[in-house]
Amino acid sequence: MTRYLLTLATTLVLGAASPAWAADPIKIGAILSATGPASFLGEPERNTLHMLQDQINEQGGLLGRPLEVIIYDDETEVNKAVSAANRLLSRDRVVAAIGATTSGNTLAVMPRFSSARIPLVSMAAAERIVKPINPWVFKTPQSDRHAVIKILEHAKSEELSNIAILTVSDGFGQAGREVLQELLPAYGMNLVADEIYGPRDTDMTPQLTKIRGLNPDAIIVWGTNPGPAVIARNRVQLGMQTPMYMSHGVASKRFIELAGEAAEGLILPAGRLAVADQLPEDHPQKALLLEYIQAYEARFNAEVSTFGGYAYDALMLIVEAVNRAGEATPQAIRDKLEQVSGFVGTGGIFEMSPEDHNGLDERAFVMVRITDGDWELLVE
Amino acid sequence: MDLGTFLQFLAAGLTVGSTYGLAALGFTIIFNTTGIINFAQGEFVMLGGLLAVVFMHWLDPGLPAAVVLAVLATTLVGLVMERLTIRPVQHTSVINLIIVTIGVSITIRGLMMLLWGKDTYVLPAFSGTTPIPLLGATIAPQSLWILGITLLVLAAMRYFFSQTIFGRAMLACSFEPKAARLMGISVERMVMASFMLSAFVGAVGGVILTPLTMTSYDVGVLLGLKGFAACILGGLGNPFGAAAGGLLLGVLEAFGAGLISSAYKDAIAFVVILAILLWRPSGLFGAPDTERV
Repeated sequence: MTRYLLTLATTLVLGAASPAWAADPIKIGAILSATGPASFLGEPERNTLHMLQDQINEQGGLLGRPLEVIIYDDETEVNKAVSAANRLLSRDRVVAAIGATTSGNTLAVMPRFSSARIPLVSMAAAERIVKPINPWVFKTPQSDRHAVIKILEHAKSEELSNIAILTVSDGFGQAGREVLQELLPAYGMNLVADEIYGPRDTDMTPQLTKIRGLNPDAIIVWGTNPGPAVIARNRVQLGMQTPMYMSHGVASKRFIELAGEAAEGLILPAGRLAVADQLPEDHPQKALLLEYIQAYEARFNAEVSTFGGYAYDALMLIVEAVNRAGEATPQAIRDKLEQVSGFVGTGGIFEMSPEDHNGLDERAFVMVRITDGDWELLVE
Repeated sequence: MDLGTFLQFLAAGLTVGSTYGLAALGFTIIFNTTGIINFAQGEFVMLGGLLAVVFMHWLDPGLPAAVVLAVLATTLVGLVMERLTIRPVQHTSVINLIIVTIGVSITIRGLMMLLWGKDTYVLPAFSGTTPIPLLGATIAPQSLWILGITLLVLAAMRYFFSQTIFGRAMLACSFEPKAARLMGISVERMVMASFMLSAFVGAVGGVILTPLTMTSYDVGVLLGLKGFAACILGGLGNPFGAAAGGLLLGVLEAFGAGLISSAYKDAIAFVVILAILLWRPSGLFGAPDTERV
């Protein structure tokens, strides 16, 4: 009897001390690469999810219930991503999930979520994630194809037709290379050189020397830091004047720091996050971007990156779907995710449909030039 | 291929090859005294570059002072490593000691990651970045620094090991520690000196390469691997051969990337190494292994 009373008292005390949540939390899972080689992507993603969870709960939660984001770090390893997926599905019983950070890990966990009938919103770029359409899988980053289209349209307007490409030998670079090989002829351009470098290579002068001998009108480089910074430096070192395009993979201030003066004049497609303050006042994304940047930098004392924006869009899309559905069941979230339209995110304005589980096109990118160590928005 | 292109490939190869060479030299120094292959050698190279960045950031003493501080600090790390991890277990087999060095390398890498993050960093070039034209090729001033300092270090090591009593005493320890001890050589001191010396050489490689190729906490893995390959190519235990092996490896990579295919440049370099080792198992400059029974 005493024990029973004690339990009752404890329950009452604890119940009074905790916030006045009337219901169970809504559980959303996340698998991301906060450590390991892709940590430069995963770390801002994790920070963003923590920040959004707190913001949403301070504002009264989701459907009057608290939001709980359960985050697992896959250490950029595919096996750990799969076991995290199993844990989210069987133990945590989440209603929707975000992840993974990298394309390879996303492709590995996708089948588990679709067979468990739980919607998954990926933060990885590969087109294969949403093509062909898997009814349960969505993704937030713009596709490489859109970045390539943006670059080629710019090159066309500059009347550059003989193009050399230099791509990194990892998944990101080779996906970009395939799209470049496919789209260059479609734009009436010639692929005059198709060179590759390793992600950890420290000197690309041999490849650039070879390219210089073929005298192209422009060079397109596809990679993430630090390789492209080495290439930008090598280009200056070789005294080359050929215009150089970079991919959206280096659209962070870090790249400008690494390449130093060699970054001047390089042109690349970037999400609007990088140039939020230069956007016209009436642009629908401007207010949201400035608010996200301000909140992130105030809380983490670190510079915001496009990659955190992928997590922002993933979680907010799920939140939007839950609000539209008025219930937090996997089936309802999936159905509403597919109907999202005109949703303003950090990456662009999402227009989902049963045929398009990304919802973005090349308009999600703007072309920027690096001028005086900063991004300069190019007028279209 | 015109002369300019040829020179460009050669310059690229020699520049990168120099660091492989310095890493290989570090392997040789420790191997020559102890018979240990120190897998933390790549970490010394990383520490040289990254610590220079750290000192530039924290103390802002100017580039030359930061470089000197980084090299000295890394040398100190070599000393501490020997004291804390090698000496306490010095009487076990060499293979155990090699595994200890792998542990040390993982620890150093992890510590630098925790202390300094996973970003890539760069140092300013020693004397500007205006390229120097040479017979149709263009060479970065930093490349000349790298080549010059590598040759200097190499000459100094050669002199040290063949002409000075201290260097010869170190060599004696590797051949027969017991006999060396009987001759009045303090084997412990020599082992400690060899770790400091190889940390020094590695750090020098790291600081001169960083302005050109940048650095991060994990660059040591690949540099250590390439340095080890260079060592095997040149002949394990021969300092001159190790450095030559490094230069050769760098040049093979550059010409492989430039002439054949950049996708297979590492493969091309390693196929050539395999071929050479089939033909000369003891390396290009190594003496054939003879064991007296």
